[in-house]
Amino acid sequence: MPWDRNQMAARAAEELEDGMYVNLGIGIPTLVANYVGDKDITLQSENGMLGMGPFPFEGEEDPDLINAGKQTITELNRTAYFDSATSFGMIRGGKIAAAILGAMEVAENGDLANWMIPGKLIKGMGGAMDLVAGVGRVIVVMDHANKRGESKVLRECTLPLTGTGVVDRIITNLGVLDVVEGGLKIVELAPEVTEQELRDLTDATLVD
Amino acid sequence: MKKVYDNATEALDGLLHDGMFIAAGGFGLCGIPELLLAAIKEAGTKDLTFASNNAGIDEFGIGILLQTRQVKKMISSYVGENAEFMRQYLSGELELEFNPQGTLAERMRAGGCGIPGFYTKTGVGTQIAEGKEHKDFDGETYILERGIVADLSIVKAWKADDTGNLVFRKTARNFNPPAAMCGKVCVAEVEEIVPRGELDPDGIHLPGIYVHRLIQGDHEKRIEQRTVRKRETA
Repeated sequence: MPWDRNQMAARAAEELEDGMYVNLGIGIPTLVANYVGDKDITLQSENGMLGMGPFPFEGEEDPDLINAGKQTITELNRTAYFDSATSFGMIRGGKIAAAILGAMEVAENGDLANWMIPGKLIKGMGGAMDLVAGVGRVIVVMDHANKRGESKVLRECTLPLTGTGVVDRIITNLGVLDVVEGGLKIVELAPEVTEQELRDLTDATLVD
Repeated sequence: MKKVYDNATEALDGLLHDGMFIAAGGFGLCGIPELLLAAIKEAGTKDLTFASNNAGIDEFGIGILLQTRQVKKMISSYVGENAEFMRQYLSGELELEFNPQGTLAERMRAGGCGIPGFYTKTGVGTQIAEGKEHKDFDGETYILERGIVADLSIVKAWKADDTGNLVFRKTARNFNPPAAMCGKVCVAEVEEIVPRGELDPDGIHLPGIYVHRLIQGDHEKRIEQRTVRKRETA
């Protein structure tokens, strides 16, 4: 069985180590926070916060306290606030150990496209380009194929890029792949997913 | 020098002109200068260029100036929540310059700090880098981005004293300090102006040197995405 959204998030949480400062993107990456367990992880929200807490209880929402997805959140006893220039200073400056992000396409050389579909969707890159350029490790969590069954794990990205050669690891519903010399390397398969099934849905070059 | 004004309209008196460039603080609807934006709408100033991370929603934030066609160009990182924005952009009525969020924040900070340009890795190899100077440092490629100097900055803070020292609250700080720094003139709106001496000098987030005019007012502080969790029953 391929992993579902929560299982992908749980697998991504295994990437995180004690003491890490981490930025989680919108969508499945947000769910990763539910699976960090006892690990001492500090979550960064790029709108100006380290030490992001869970959603507030009903009636305790604070309009001055939101995450980068503009959702109401809470603070922790370790929280620090700062302005946007400082926030991206720590991102660009390599102080954030890892970012876990969603993607539209990833290529075998680590190119990432996750901000724009020409002629269709104009929303903007937000902080994604800064994050992939600056953080220590970029982990992509996404479905292996799109809704039409076409691979999102490609030889070359077709959409406008967010960054070039930036992705380190890809976690999909079918398994885990690393960006290595010459292509992608299968690290792990989701339970009951065969290597052939993963290969059939992968456009990128797979190397041993 | 008197910095405190009675209301947003008076605080903006003599500062607005058609075709001007305004830097605005805020992230989404959090920490936006909502009273000053309403006064700019009222003033009817046209052909505005805004450097602002977002463009508000249709009926709040910069969105209210889109509805009245007062905005010519936006410099933003993310504009996803605004149908009128999309419509004007796709029909060619509105110019849009996407900046990566950190690049936009640093452009404002740099512009306010007398730094006309800086090199960053952000956007290298993407369409953001097209036409920009590339330069290698220590084996890595960077692109040149320009500092922003705006005709006017409009920001929102939590508390101020009458000298313009500002204190922000939680994540409502966001773009407000860098936006304030990059303006030739900065007008701030706050929830409360307190007597001198009441703010801890060690706890000032933005020194009053950056703030030229100031108003106190009531803020709606709209929430864009209300997310909550259930209380666990014991």
